[in-house]
Order: sequence, then structure tokens, then C-alpha cells
Amino acid sequence: MIELALFYIFATIAVASAILVITQHNVVHSAAFLGATLFAVAGIFLTLHGEFLAGVQIIVYVGGILVLFVFVIMLIAVDRTAMERQYNRQWTIALVTAGILILEIGYGLYQGKDSFVLPPAAAVAAAAVAGNSERVGTTLYTVYLLPFEIASILLLVAIVGAVVLAKKKTQME
Amino acid sequence: MNFLDLIWLIPLFPAAGFVINGLFGKRMSKTAVGVIGCGVVLISFIFSAGAVYQLLQLEAEHRSHTVTLYRWIAAGLAHTRGGGLADFAVDWSFLLDPLSSVMILVVTGVGFLIHVYSTGYMHDEDGFYRFFAYLNLFMFSMLTLVLGSNYLMMFVGWEGVGLCSYLLIGYYFLKKSAGDAAKKAFVVNRIGDWGFSIGIMLIFVSFGTLDFTRVGEAVREGVMAGRYHVSDPLFIGIALALFVGAAGKSAQIPLYVWLPDAMEGPTPVSALIHAATMVTAGVYMVARSNFIYQMAPQAMTVVAVIGAVTAFFAASIALVQNDIKRVLAYSTVSQLGYMFLALGVGAFTAGIFHLMTHAFFKALLFLGSGSVIHAMHHEQDMRKMGALKNKIPVTFWTMFVGTLAIAGTPGLAGFFSKDEILWKAFSSNQGHIVLWLIGAAVAGMTAFYMFRLLFMTFFGQSRVDHHTEHHIHESPRSMTVPLIILAIGSAFAGYVGMPAWLGTNAFEHFLEPVFEPLPIQQAPPPEYSHAAEIGMAAVSVAIALIGFGLAYSKYCKRSWEEQREVRQYGPLYKVFLNKYYIDELYDALFVNRAKGGGMRLWTFDAKVVDGLVNGSALTTVRTASGSGWWDRWIVDGLVRFIGGFIKTVSWPVRLIQTGYVQNYALVMILGVLILIGYVLWGTP
Amino acid sequence: MVPTHYYLILAAALFTIGIIGVLTRRNIMIILMSIELMMNAVNINLIAFSDRLQQVTGQVFAIFVITVAAAEAAVGLGIVIAMFKNKETMNINEIDLMKW
Repeated sequence: MIELALFYIFATIAVASAILVITQHNVVHSAAFLGATLFAVAGIFLTLHGEFLAGVQIIVYVGGILVLFVFVIMLIAVDRTAMERQYNRQWTIALVTAGILILEIGYGLYQGKDSFVLPPAAAVAAAAVAGNSERVGTTLYTVYLLPFEIASILLLVAIVGAVVLAKKKTQME
Repeated sequence: MNFLDLIWLIPLFPAAGFVINGLFGKRMSKTAVGVIGCGVVLISFIFSAGAVYQLLQLEAEHRSHTVTLYRWIAAGLAHTRGGGLADFAVDWSFLLDPLSSVMILVVTGVGFLIHVYSTGYMHDEDGFYRFFAYLNLFMFSMLTLVLGSNYLMMFVGWEGVGLCSYLLIGYYFLKKSAGDAAKKAFVVNRIGDWGFSIGIMLIFVSFGTLDFTRVGEAVREGVMAGRYHVSDPLFIGIALALFVGAAGKSAQIPLYVWLPDAMEGPTPVSALIHAATMVTAGVYMVARSNFIYQMAPQAMTVVAVIGAVTAFFAASIALVQNDIKRVLAYSTVSQLGYMFLALGVGAFTAGIFHLMTHAFFKALLFLGSGSVIHAMHHEQDMRKMGALKNKIPVTFWTMFVGTLAIAGTPGLAGFFSKDEILWKAFSSNQGHIVLWLIGAAVAGMTAFYMFRLLFMTFFGQSRVDHHTEHHIHESPRSMTVPLIILAIGSAFAGYVGMPAWLGTNAFEHFLEPVFEPLPIQQAPPPEYSHAAEIGMAAVSVAIALIGFGLAYSKYCKRSWEEQREVRQYGPLYKVFLNKYYIDELYDALFVNRAKGGGMRLWTFDAKVVDGLVNGSALTTVRTASGSGWWDRWIVDGLVRFIGGFIKTVSWPVRLIQTGYVQNYALVMILGVLILIGYVLWGTP
Repeated sequence: MVPTHYYLILAAALFTIGIIGVLTRRNIMIILMSIELMMNAVNINLIAFSDRLQQVTGQVFAIFVITVAAAEAAVGLGIVIAMFKNKETMNINEIDLMKW
């Protein structure tokens, strides 16, 4: 009961904030609403017993990515963009595309609705054995070690790339 | 030196002269050209004289010497008419017998004198060396003709003299009339040659050989064996075919038309070729083939009739001609008619005799007229002459002798020969009184027109143009000396052939072996006494005197006036003056048709043949331009079309490249949706 | 117990909204934010199924998704800054050098 209510609350916040993200004139407002959406999604994660991931979501996504976004907006936001049109000229086709997407997702879900029925309580009991973070950490460092390392290299590459891209051109170049 | 064995050299000396003068004459001096040109003929004359002298040493029956150089044609076996096989072999060999000895002496002797004369007459001409080269070539051809021992060699010489006649008539090649005359001579001659060739072919096919002696023997044997009969169509055919050739070369009706036009050539050419030697080749040929003619009396009658008619016809034209050379040309045709008349009635010796005497006085008359023309600064019209007697005396006196000779004055050469012919025309087996009458009339006309020529030129009042009057001078010695020598010959050459009532006819005896009558049945000749002969002689002299008298009264006593002359002939004047319009008739009948045919053929060639060539060129050009068009429009068009197509198609397609990232994103998403939709559609 | 398909529908809705944002808005920053939205939708899906199937693989995957999202955001924003040095605009339609 409570789960359902929590779900509805977080879902509503997420969807509403998402809609507001894409419809705001002011970019900063959009960023704020994106933050709200991310928080809501973190809440969704919590309802799904993904505590660790909820933490990661908030720390990385909101604390890192969103802050980064806001920094960049601060650097390069141009006032005059507020005066211009917000939506480009292909919005009709975009909406049609979105409609098709909804239809296809709906169709897929409808087709597979029978597979959403899952095994009962035995699963829940197994979940209480260890904590979520523990489980995630164990799996991450044993079974998925290689992807983990690759992901760290990916991050390194991203760092280097970001620095190179944003660097000021010096005389030596 | 055995001249008899060296007779093959006689034609070669002038041949050498031709080569030297022809190749190097342009660079030599005129004196050198003249010396070589005359010298070689003199050498030939010496050799001829020596050979004839040695021939005379032989017995009368053996006076026939053949020198063979090599086998010229060995063509293998051929079928003769009688069915047998004969070897067609012709040798390059020379025959010296009484007939050919007369000919070579006349040709080289008179020829030499004319060569000497030419050095003076042609002295101012540019093509001096060319003239002498051609003259020497002519001598070579003529000597081959008369010395050859078979019909084919005679034909070679025949053609050669025809060629030289063309070259020399057309000597002044820059004058259109000269070129036309040369062409006319050659073409008309060719018609005669056609007949001659047929005759030669018939002879070979019938007798299997072309050698004179052997053919004669074959005929004799055939007659004796009874294979051949008189009036055999074979002999008539051969005789008439040969006579066609003779008519062409010796200017008888109907092929005489070239001779008057041949006067376009220089006067020595007229003298040598068209008076003394070439035109006599026909007479020689008929005489040489006497054994054939004896077997065909009908042909002989044809020959005699044509000879007589030609003589009369030509003499009538000569009566009113005003060009001094034309009168002499028609006179030549007329005298040739006399020779054929003689041959036609069986008097072969008389014909050859007249040939010899005619050579002398006709050459003299031509050279004399050349001297007159030279003095008159190339004026040839007698209407513009007169009273030249004292201005050019040597020319006058020599021409006077020549005129006396041709008129038949007793004692001079012409009398004996002409008289012989007239007597034989009357008295011979095949003679006829009509023939005699025509001959006598011609004698009268001859005397008339020759004295007319003499009086108009040398006597009376001077009608000479004032400019030319100052130039009148006697000719140089190179011209007058030959005149004198020829005059002597005209006077005394007749004594070798005196008629029976005056003594032995040495000439006739000399030529007898050649004209041996065949053992055929003939009616015995009618017997006439000497008195009859003398009587005939007197009649012919009287006729000549009448002619002289008429000429004297009309042209010497009174000066020449055109109107008077026209009146006295009445309507006939125009006919005579225009040569009976025969040339115009020939033009309409033959010449224009041939020319038209030629033009049509040329048009065919130019239009069709060349048209084909041009057409093929044009086709190639068109095809090339067509293929160029194809290449430019179709092939390149295809290429350009492809390019254009791609351009056209890509023009809207490029709009896809908007540069907007969101467009790309949209398209990508749409693509993914389509793929997912496809998968979803497929799965149950 | 919340039925699974609720989460799926939620993820689908967020995803669709993200797509609309990517395709419709002109502002670069908002496009990037919309992309983050889409990633979050995917994460929801992953976690939902991880919970339902009681396997932790989904969460691990989600961690990686977040990692990649972070890297991509960093690099993307670096590109935006570099681009902004050329042309002072946030309007993506003006970055059309690849136009025909």
C-alpha cells in the first residue's frame, strides 16, 4: 500500500518535472527541474530496493552531472536565447515519432505482459540475506571486474577529452 | 667492205643521230646538231650506194640479199587456214633487192639533201635540235620500212613514220592548228593501219609466214599446185585490206584528208615526209605485195579506179587554192593517185618509176616554195606574191625546172614516168580507155595549176606587202645548193627508165625480178606498135601544152585578179576552194560522233567513276561526321545523362544534409522505430 | 507490491519525454538534459527488473550506465564549450556547417 503510494508520488514528480524540463524557456529553470526529476528517480530506485544505486544516482547524477550542467550554463548562457523561438521546425514530426514510439512500447508491453508475473516470496527472503550495497559491490568486483576497469578507463578518457576540448589555445599550438 | 652484209647498219645511223640529237642536242651548238643530223644520213646514203653497187654486181636472178640479225618474235605454233601448223616466227632481218634498193637510194639521197636544206631553213627556230632528232627518227623508221624483209618490220616502220609525221606536223606545237593537224594525220593514218593489220593477219593465217620472199614462194607454189585460183576471195580480201592501209598512208580517197592539213608543219617536213618518202610507203607496200594483187584482178581494178579518181579530184581542188603549199599538197595527192593508177593496171615498174621521179621534183618544188616563203618572211598566200623572179633568181630557176618536170615536159624526168603510166593505163590488160582519159585530163590540169603557181608567184605585178618587200632576199647556200642538185635530178633522173621506143628501159629490167608474173592464166596483152606509143606520148605532151597555154594566158599575160578567177569557174569555184566540203562532211559523219562518244565517256568517268570515288569520300566524311554526332550526342550524352541524372536525383536528396543535428537524430530514431516495428510485427 | 508494468510505463513515459525534448528543443543544454532523462528512464527499467528477478546484474549495469552518462556529459559539455568559442550561440540550428 505504502509502496504504491510512494511510487505514485515519485512517478508524478518525475514525469511532471521531466515535462517541465523540456518546456521551460529559461535554461536554468530546466536544469532545476532536471534535478527534481533525478531526485524523484532516486526515490524510485529506493522503492525498488536499490539503495546503493539511489545513493549513486544522487551523488553522481545530481551532484556531479547536474552541477556540471549548471556550470556550463553559467559560462555560456546567452541572454538573447530567451527571446528566440524555443522549438524547432520539426516538432510535428517529432511528436509523431514520439507517438509511434509510445505505440510500439505499448504494443511490446502488451505482448509481453504475461512475463511480468514473477516468482513470489522466496525471492524476497533471499534479498534479506545481504545488504544491497554489499551485493552490488561483491558482484561488481568479482564477476564484472573487467567492465569495471574498462569503465574507469572510459572515465579517464572522458576527463582527458573534456580538458582538451575546453582548454585555451596557447601560443605553442 | 661488204656493204651487202652491212645493210642492217643503214637504218641505225639515223637512229644514232636521233639519240644523240635528242638527248644532248639542247646543249650542243646548232652547227653541231646540223652536222650530226645530216652526217648520219650521208653515211647511210654512202652505205646504201655501196650496197646497191655490190648488188648490181650479182646476177639478175640472184639480186636478193637477206641479212638476219636475230629472231625477233618466236611465238610458237599456230593454225593456218589450210589446217596446217605454222610457226609464228618473225626475224629482225633486212632484204636488199632491186625494189628496196631503189627505195633506199631515194630515201637517203633526197633525205640527205632535205636535211642540208633544213639547216638553213630552220636556223632561226628554237627547237632546232628537236627538229633534227625527229627527222633522224623518221629516217630510221622509213629505212626500216623499206629494208625490212617481212610485213611486221614494214609495219614497225609504218607506225614509226606515222609517229614522226605526227611529231613533225605538230612541230609548232604552240599553234592550235598545228596540233589539230597532227592529230588528224595520226587518227586518219590509224584507220589505214587497221586495214593493214587485218591484211597482215590474213596473210599469216593463209600462208603461215610473214616474210616477203616466203609468201611469194608460197603463192607461186600454191598456184602451180592448183590450190589457189585467180580471183580467189582470199586474195581479194588481203589485197583490199592492204590497200586500206595504203590509202591511209598515201592519202587516197577516202583517207587523204590529213595531207593538206599536214602543211602546218615546216616546209622541209612537207618535202621529205609528205612528198618524197612517207606517202610513198603505200605505193611501196602494194608493189611489194604484187604477187597478192596479181591474184586479185578485182582488187587491182579498185586500186586503179581509186587512184584515178583521187588524181582527178585532188587536181580539181588544186586549181583554185591560194596557199602555195596547199597547191603542192593536192598535187602530191594527185600524183600519188597516178602511182596507184599505175599499180592498179599492173604496171608496177611504172608506178615505182614515177615514185622516184616524183620524189625529185616534188621535193624540189616544196623546198623551192620553202625558199619563197623564207624570202617572203613566212608569207604563204600567193595572192600576196608576184614578180619575185628577179629578186630570188636561183629559187625561180630551180622551181621552173621542177614545174617543167611535173608538167611532163619531154626530156625531163616527169615526162618519162608519167608517159609510161598513161601508156600502160591505155594499153595494159587491166587498163581501160576511161582510165587513160582521166589520167590525161589530170595531166592537163597538173600543167595548168603548176604554171599558175609559178606565174602567180614569180611573174606579173608585185602584190607583195610593203613591209615584206624590203626583206626579200635569196636564201642561203645551205638552201639553194640542194635545190640545184634536185633540179639536176628532176631533169635527168628519167633517163634510167626510157620507154621501149627510145631504147632499153634499164629501170624496168632492173626491177623485173621483183615483179615476176605468176604462172596464172592471163589473156595476152594487146599488141601495140611503137607508133601507137609515140602517138600517145604526143597526145600527152599536147595536153600539157594546152594546160600551160591556158595558165599563161590567164596568169602571166594578165595579172591575177580574184574576181576574174571566181567568174571563170562559176559555181564550181566555191566547191573547189572548199575542197568539196569533204572535211565538213567527215566532221558531221564521224568526227563529231566520235567526239560526242568521247565526251560521254569522259562525262561517265568524271561523274560516275569519279563520282563513285568522290561519293565514297563523301560517304566517309558523312559517316565520320555522323559517327562524330553519335559520339557527341549519344555516347557523351549517355555519360552526361548519367551525370545529369545523378545530379538531378541528388539535388533533392542533398536536402537531407541539413546540417541540423536534430534532423539527423529524428531520422535515426525513426529508423530504429521502423526496425523495432518490423521485429515486433514478426514475432507472435 | 507495485506491478512491474507500472515501472515500465513510467520508464517509457520518461523516455518519450526525453525523446521529445531531444527532437524538439533548440537549446543545446536542454537537449543534453533530455538525453540524461532518457538514460534515467533506462536505469529505471534496469533496476525494476533487477528487483523483480532478484539478480543484482541489473544494478551493476545501471552503475555502468551512470558512469557512461557521466563521461558523456563531461565530454559533451566540453564540446559545447569549444563550440561556443566559435559561435556564441546556444541554438543548435545555427551549428550547420555540415549543411549541403
